[in-house]
Amino acid sequence: MSRNPNRPLSPHLTVYKWGPHMLVSILHRVTGAGLATVGAAALVWWLAAAASGEEAYKSFAGWATSWAGIVVAVGLTWAFFQHLLSGLRHLVMDIGAGFEIEGNKFWATMTLAGALLLTAGLWLYIVTVRGA
Amino acid sequence: MSVATTESGEPGASPATSPAALETPLARARGLGSAREGAEHWWHERASSVALLLLFVWLIVSLLRLPALDHRGVTEWLRDPLAAVPMLLLIAATFWHLKMGLQVIIEDYVHDEGNRFLALLLISFAAIGGAAFAIFAVLKIAFAATGIGR
Repeated sequence: MSRNPNRPLSPHLTVYKWGPHMLVSILHRVTGAGLATVGAAALVWWLAAAASGEEAYKSFAGWATSWAGIVVAVGLTWAFFQHLLSGLRHLVMDIGAGFEIEGNKFWATMTLAGALLLTAGLWLYIVTVRGA
Repeated sequence: MSVATTESGEPGASPATSPAALETPLARARGLGSAREGAEHWWHERASSVALLLLFVWLIVSLLRLPALDHRGVTEWLRDPLAAVPMLLLIAATFWHLKMGLQVIIEDYVHDEGNRFLALLLISFAAIGGAAFAIFAVLKIAFAATGIGR
């Protein structure tokens, strides 16, 4: 494609002043990629282990409740809630709402805070009420 | 219209006779894909996201309500059609949605046409394979109750 060199190129990411909306946008993609790989693998592993029988399930449960397994599980929980909330934000923006700069930044920050709160709340519930 | 401003430095292309030199950008865009289904991928991604919102709320609430998450607890729960069917829907929506999401990431970052084709093929295989494996697992558990799977 020919390009008129007199026309400006779109500025690269580094020249923008960072804001919560940019962080949320990139996190939506990063968490989506994580859920699509690690999350999907965990889902298949869990179901396959349950279908294979008690021994296989014990092996899965051993990994899932190990120190590393819990770190991955907490990470997946946070990625899930972050992707869910920023996805909801995208649905609102898809209908043309929420583009005013103050509201846009506010709800971007709210998805970050909401995902952390929901993750903490869910694991607090698991540890205290269910007794982990 | 000056032919000198189109396609600079193409080897062997004589601007006066090459058909490419006379092409408008629209003509070059034609044949690179239909505009009719352009919004379909975008729409399917949104529709599946709403389905996943409902299905994952169901899954989390169901798992938290189970008396135990051991083998017996999970398989007895999945034997109930009211658990197995939403679980199958969840698997289908999950792998459909993740395939579309990974596809967009690949299309954004993998510029080489050959590598892109290969990457898109691989995520399609992985998504369909993962979904088939998970669906089989749920059906095996669900049908064990009726004796069909034995």
